[in-house]
Amino acid sequence: MTIENLLKRDSFIERGARSRAQALLDPGTFRELAGPFARLYSPWLAMQHLVTQADDGVVVAKGKLAGKPTVVLAIEGAFQGGSMGEVGAAKIAGALELALRDNERGVPTQAAIVFETGGVRLQEANLGLAGIAELQSAIVALRRHRPVVGISAGTVGCYGGMSIAAGLCSYFVMTREARLGLNGPQVIEQEAGVAEFDARQRALIWGLTGGEQRTATHLADACVEDDTAAVRSSVIGCFARGVPPVHRSDRTADFLACLARVDTDRQATAQDVRELYAKGLER
Amino acid sequence: MNTNHASRGAMWLRLLTGGAHPVHDWTTVHACDAILAGRPARYLAVVPDPDNAFPRARNGEVGLVEGWRLAQAVREVIALDKDAAEKRPIVAVIDVPSQAYGRREEAYGIHQALAGAVAAYADARQAGHPVIGLIVGLAMSGAFLAHGYQANRLIALDDPLVAVHAMGKASAARVTLRSVEALEQLAASVPPMAYDIRSFASLGILHEVLQLTNLALPDEQDIALVHGALEAALADILEDPRRDLSCRLRGPHRGASRSVRELLATEWEADQ
Repeated sequence: MTIENLLKRDSFIERGARSRAQALLDPGTFRELAGPFARLYSPWLAMQHLVTQADDGVVVAKGKLAGKPTVVLAIEGAFQGGSMGEVGAAKIAGALELALRDNERGVPTQAAIVFETGGVRLQEANLGLAGIAELQSAIVALRRHRPVVGISAGTVGCYGGMSIAAGLCSYFVMTREARLGLNGPQVIEQEAGVAEFDARQRALIWGLTGGEQRTATHLADACVEDDTAAVRSSVIGCFARGVPPVHRSDRTADFLACLARVDTDRQATAQDVRELYAKGLER
Repeated sequence: MNTNHASRGAMWLRLLTGGAHPVHDWTTVHACDAILAGRPARYLAVVPDPDNAFPRARNGEVGLVEGWRLAQAVREVIALDKDAAEKRPIVAVIDVPSQAYGRREEAYGIHQALAGAVAAYADARQAGHPVIGLIVGLAMSGAFLAHGYQANRLIALDDPLVAVHAMGKASAARVTLRSVEALEQLAASVPPMAYDIRSFASLGILHEVLQLTNLALPDEQDIALVHGALEAALADILEDPRRDLSCRLRGPHRGASRSVRELLATEWEADQ
């Protein structure tokens, strides 16, 4: 990107969750549900004398996207690392459950989820995990009717139980700055040692889990510039493709065939994964 | 982790299926078919394999291959009963110390493998298969999400070795910038942070907690108790028209989960 383009573009990454939801929906259609004035604070953070937020870091917005009824669920990466507590997870699960009810009644409400999250909020540990199981169930139920589109722009990325939720989405859009992986680098280093994963090696982390790599290896569908219009048009394009004949999460035989060919005696490189998945997972 | 604990999932799988042979020759995911309440049922467990090709998944962790194998074993059952009015039950025998933490795992997309398992279990439940999760050991984090947390009903053994959590103590302390001692202190007063099964039971997510007389070597009576609990859970599922997870929201510690949903439902329709 040239300097001129950099100055002109409307960064999606720099927007907060509410602003991202507003920018995705058609102008003038944004309506927030269970918003900050409902004061849905986390009861568990307060108990631990930690900072709370009136929306618990999740924005639920209803509106239209390219004219279609849509609910956007945007996670705020700047609050507690975008972690999922009881309230935030219930907002996402509850909204997806209502979108499912709409579809069962003939209203084709679709959902987009903006993932900017480290996963379970460890201060609410088991209720965060339970909430994630519930929102995962809701994604699987809704995606039979309409696509569920996931977006991760960065810079937090998408980790933990929420990366599994990302893997359930019908389509997934990333930027180069975003990362998608189950275990954060620090946690792998803690659990398996620095030789397994050095959490300070940023090039290694982005090389293996960044948006460019995930898209090249068919673990994401598009890698777009950090530009609001580009993100929005990619999401609209995903919805226009309709429900995929086979979701990525259901390509069991394809993934197992690839994994059977992995040389597990040595560590994996980004190039190894590209060689294996680029062909093995091509549609 | 001692081997006695590591093989708990395998032990219960054997006890509950009368030693049925696994239907596949997979080393880390065992799928066995046996009878539950007079119906054919599929039982699944993730078990250790010290020779597993993926070195970070040798102690019963749910890794890349395990996630996709679970998905395959569940989807086989969905396909078998595709046209059947009566869908066979699936019992997830849960003893999973964690997901596999490793570079290979991240590189090849372990999140996607676990999503494969979650989707298969959720599809099975939503298609009408009664899914029961039986927690006989650890039920940790992403591994639990992939193996058991999508069940209609969850049952746990009341045992100090049984625990449910989002992350091991050392890592949880590192990520939340606390000491392990501080974490343990908080866990004693904040119910969702606790590691033990009795605290977890207070969240209202479990259907039942079972007291056995001999946890290390269950006797006939213990096995009958677990069988009975599985049959009762199955009957409860069959009586319930709902195939979602809403039965987990009734507990006193789930007030926020209920009030958020009520508010969303009230505000949802305004623009139609």
